[in-house]
Amino acid sequence: MSEYKSGSNLEKVLRAGHFAFTGECGPPQGANVEHLKEKAGHLKGCVDAVNVTDNQTAVVRMSSWAASIILLQEGLEPNFQMVCRDRNRLAIQSDILGVYSLGIRDMLCLSGDHQKFGNHPEAKNVFDIDSMQLIHTVKTMRDEGKFLNGQDIDAPPELFIGAASNPFAEPFDFRVYRLAKKISAGADFIQTQCIYNMDKFREFIKRAVDMGLHEKCYILAGVTPMKSVGMALYMAKQVPGMDVPDTLIKRLRGAGKGKVAEEGIKFALEQIEEFKEMEGVAGVHLMAIEWEHKVPEIAERAGMLPRPTV
Amino acid sequence: MIRSITQQKPEEELDQLLEGLGRIFIIGCGTCVTLTQTGGGPEVAKMKEKLSQKGKMITGDVVVPVACDNLTREALDEYGGRIDQADALLIMTCAFGVQTIARQMKKMVVPALDTLFIGKETSLGEFNEICTQCGTCILGETGGICPVTSCHKGLVNGPCGGTNNGKCEIDNDKECAWTLIYNRLNELNRLDAMRKLQKPRNHQGELSPGKWTSKLEI
Repeated sequence: MSEYKSGSNLEKVLRAGHFAFTGECGPPQGANVEHLKEKAGHLKGCVDAVNVTDNQTAVVRMSSWAASIILLQEGLEPNFQMVCRDRNRLAIQSDILGVYSLGIRDMLCLSGDHQKFGNHPEAKNVFDIDSMQLIHTVKTMRDEGKFLNGQDIDAPPELFIGAASNPFAEPFDFRVYRLAKKISAGADFIQTQCIYNMDKFREFIKRAVDMGLHEKCYILAGVTPMKSVGMALYMAKQVPGMDVPDTLIKRLRGAGKGKVAEEGIKFALEQIEEFKEMEGVAGVHLMAIEWEHKVPEIAERAGMLPRPTV
Repeated sequence: MIRSITQQKPEEELDQLLEGLGRIFIIGCGTCVTLTQTGGGPEVAKMKEKLSQKGKMITGDVVVPVACDNLTREALDEYGGRIDQADALLIMTCAFGVQTIARQMKKMVVPALDTLFIGKETSLGEFNEICTQCGTCILGETGGICPVTSCHKGLVNGPCGGTNNGKCEIDNDKECAWTLIYNRLNELNRLDAMRKLQKPRNHQGELSPGKWTSKLEI
């Protein structure tokens, strides 16, 4: 159907009004294709698309486009992530054409974690363009059929354009405007940072709805189940822009030995139940970090199965 | 006043650079490196002592007034004999000074310092990089604070998701440039400037290495 922007499964599910459910899969730190296939296999049939991260936290891994193609061959829909840290505008545009040519239809545009966090901190970063400009680049290539220099593209890449939003980083008042800016730059869907502070997220989404942003773009709420108290403390203290309330940490601690992971999943399930009813939220993006094998169970218990076919 | 900000090279690296060079002439500078206490009189004296202890012969030393000035040649001429005796010049100035001296003297030069950035002393003993001379100034749209320089990712469309209590996610000692810009534009009632999409920057303002010829009629 030509009215679709890319005709991806994710776009079709969202357009049909279903509550979308996306997952995530980090490529291996090596060429272990079997391990990647095994991790991705857990997500098959459980989610509408799988984010394939691009050297996340600035740690070198198999390239996101190559891992995306492997997922595609395995019958999953990849949401190809691209960061601006490692490529200039020439490489960015050529990779966009490349992934589209190989069958990728969803793409998430990110600035990228600073290399200082990663395993090559001495590297030089690029940041020729930023995430906002990357979104606009993909939109310009798709809708106007032009490169950044204004030159015509013979066959434009038709991609469903995603962007990230962190409702919790300061300045809080600006974050909804930054979201609006990403939407006007060309974002078709948004996946938020992991949400733990529900009060703050409710306020954020209310502001987005008041501005009518949910009618211009699909907003998927980010959920990462806590596996342990240690993980919660790490997220709270070490991950910039992450907001983990003390009440959640207390709740996990109170679960008792051997039951923390289950408590983390329960909290995630409660969140998903609330998101289903929350005005402005079009789906959930589940980032089960190195916990892919738990996704079928979480999807089942969250009432997300079977996934719709459109 | 803007300054060239330097720090001393690690001792191990300097030892390697000076390996096999027995006779050394040391040059400091009376301007930026004196302010940063990396290559002024006291630092030159300390270096002289340290290298003597390591068995080097110091043929002489001098703190020239402004190492990057072409007049440095004249200041060094007075030390001609002592410089001639040296295997190498150990230069405790910024890289502008090192290159000026290298161009003027037919001698092997060894930099004792690493040049970090061109910056400004923002409070006593604290120096900040505030301009990277990118060639395409956007300060008119950011309340006079430069994100190209002050944001670690050089973002021009607002803060990334890692703002950490107003500090940069990669360094708690550094302000988040976009938080500063937000606060300044808020004060000026010009937050609308942050809502506008900034197009990709033109990195061709002046191709590095820069070269510019005065258009004045002579």
